[in-house]
Amino acid sequence: MSSTNNTQASAVGGIPIDPEAPLLEVEDLHVEFRIEDGTVRAVNGLSYVVGRGETLAILGESGSGKSVSAQAVMGILDTPPGFVTGGSVKFRGIELLAPGKKKGTLDHVVPEVRGTRIAMVFQDALTALNPVFTVGWQIGEMFRVHQGLSRKEAKERAIEMMDRVKIPSARERVNSYPHEFSGGMRQRVMIAMALSLDPDVIIADEPTTALDVTVQSQIMDLLGELQKETGMGLVLITHDLAVVAEVADRVVVMYAGQRMEKGEIGDIFHRPAHPYTLGLMDSIARPDVHLERLKPIPGSPPDLLNIPSGCPFHPRCSYARERCAIDSPELETIAGQHASSCFYWREVQVEL
Amino acid sequence: MSDSQDTPPDGTDPSGDEPTLYADTVGERLPVDPVVTAGDEGNQRERFRESPGLDVEVEDLTRTASLWGDAWRQLRRRPVFIISAIMIAILVLISLFPGFFATHDPRECNLINSLIPPSSEHWFGTDLQGCDYYSRTLYGTRVSISIGIIVVFFVTIIATIGGSISGYFGGAIDAVIGRITDIWFVIPTILGGIVILSLVRSRGIITVSLVLIVLGWATLLRLVRSSVLAVKANDYVDAARAMGASNTRIIIRHILPNAIAPVIIVAAIYVGVVIAAEAALSFLGVGLQLPAISWGLMISTAQQRIITAPYLLVFPGAFLSVTVFSFILMGDALRDALDPKLR
Repeated sequence: MSSTNNTQASAVGGIPIDPEAPLLEVEDLHVEFRIEDGTVRAVNGLSYVVGRGETLAILGESGSGKSVSAQAVMGILDTPPGFVTGGSVKFRGIELLAPGKKKGTLDHVVPEVRGTRIAMVFQDALTALNPVFTVGWQIGEMFRVHQGLSRKEAKERAIEMMDRVKIPSARERVNSYPHEFSGGMRQRVMIAMALSLDPDVIIADEPTTALDVTVQSQIMDLLGELQKETGMGLVLITHDLAVVAEVADRVVVMYAGQRMEKGEIGDIFHRPAHPYTLGLMDSIARPDVHLERLKPIPGSPPDLLNIPSGCPFHPRCSYARERCAIDSPELETIAGQHASSCFYWREVQVEL
Repeated sequence: MSDSQDTPPDGTDPSGDEPTLYADTVGERLPVDPVVTAGDEGNQRERFRESPGLDVEVEDLTRTASLWGDAWRQLRRRPVFIISAIMIAILVLISLFPGFFATHDPRECNLINSLIPPSSEHWFGTDLQGCDYYSRTLYGTRVSISIGIIVVFFVTIIATIGGSISGYFGGAIDAVIGRITDIWFVIPTILGGIVILSLVRSRGIITVSLVLIVLGWATLLRLVRSSVLAVKANDYVDAARAMGASNTRIIIRHILPNAIAPVIIVAAIYVGVVIAAEAALSFLGVGLQLPAISWGLMISTAQQRIITAPYLLVFPGAFLSVTVFSFILMGDALRDALDPKLR
């Protein structure tokens, strides 16, 4: 693992990688939280694929299982109470999950990928950075731990990384503490840490939610540029349609831990085929469409302890019929990559 | 951040265009002479932000902007801390070099001098055996301080290791450690000390310390555990895991530095508690044994002559109180400085 350029290395934790396989392939992932009140089914059959240089957006409300699915992929789920109960996560063909100690659960078994191959950017960089160490120390830790560099070398590399994410006067700021940075700069530090070992995939869990709008676009631009430079895959977890529209290649729309719709960015924004996606679109302000009022989606997100039968969205759906409460819709291909898990997607599209 | 913002060298204009990032630090926490010092600080920071060439002072300034740096700045201005620190420093000095402060050899006793009240020759008088009481009281400091520090040192180590394992890993290991701690809680320190020590024939500093360590780790372990639990929930712990840090590394590097503050506070107070416990055990006759010199023993002997020679009780009693008090004050001052909520 001491190679700087991971894309050249051909094995992770002793397992050879498949050069043909996509960077990250998640299939039918199930995650549960077993708590006293019952079982919270946070993720129910999530699948996605990310290739080199691609940006996949996972879009959903809070509580839709977006972040939990990322934690499961990284293997940083709090176990107990969280358990991966099914599915597969493959990094370049290497299966990361294997049957765990507890019956019916899967454990993350390739810790070597963490940080070096798949890195993560967290939502709030103030809480995701350790307050008692300087940012230089924290970025440098990556090099010290994974590449065995000395303190001095690691600090030099940290300064390089800070330059790379465009933190001004990196050499002077390297000894500053996280609280001495502004929110945007902190997020840059976080990105520098994630990027330091040249990972193949970065999972960004709402990287811009805690930032104001101008800084948001700076951070997204930065991620975009870095992605172009390195060819890494980006999994962008967000509830912000504007961010999705700006950077994503493909989108997975999640609701109650399930896929509602997936497709290319144009499919989702111009030809949405699921009432939930449509609802999301209608609930944002658009200067080009003069609506009297915004149309919020009625009702509230489902209680994951008691997910509604049939289609989980049916209690809030204006297209819902009797059938929706009984049968679970399968993801149905519309055209190419575009697929929707609504029985009546044709009606939804007609409305447009 | 341009050159035009240069503060004048006399530092009269620190507040106006002070970078907001530092505004609170300069305004409130820094020091004694607000005009000159704050100005200087401002100046240094201006330079720091503008010129790539750092000088040593500036480096120091950026370093101290941490939790401990803030705490130290707070502490330096607190009379409670200064007083307790000075008292503890004096007591530690006395315990390290009692001979330097003493006027007599504490073991050179002459029955002719028995029970002389305080005088210019014997500042604290003499005891029944005719020993100089001032010198004996000073030598007693050594026992108390050593036991206090030895016990708290080891208790803190045990508590930190046990508490972080328990808090970090949770599950079965937490349950086991938790139940053992619960059982230990039931044993009152003094009562347990009496029972164990009365079984031991010769009791020196080591024996007494050992018993107090064995009986005393539970409170601190629980504190470490709860503190670790609180810190563990932070995103930076998840982040460290996502970056591929091992459990040991996460505990030592990411959790403990953030969890240790309350432990240090209680440990400081605990030194006082342990010293009092040693005195109590010695007083009850199960702690140190003659010819050891200890405040507890002195108080114990003095109680028989409380009417005729009250000074025999007053002096060791006063030293004991002041010592315990100093450590508790120190703990208090540390709490005020380290707990951001109390600022």
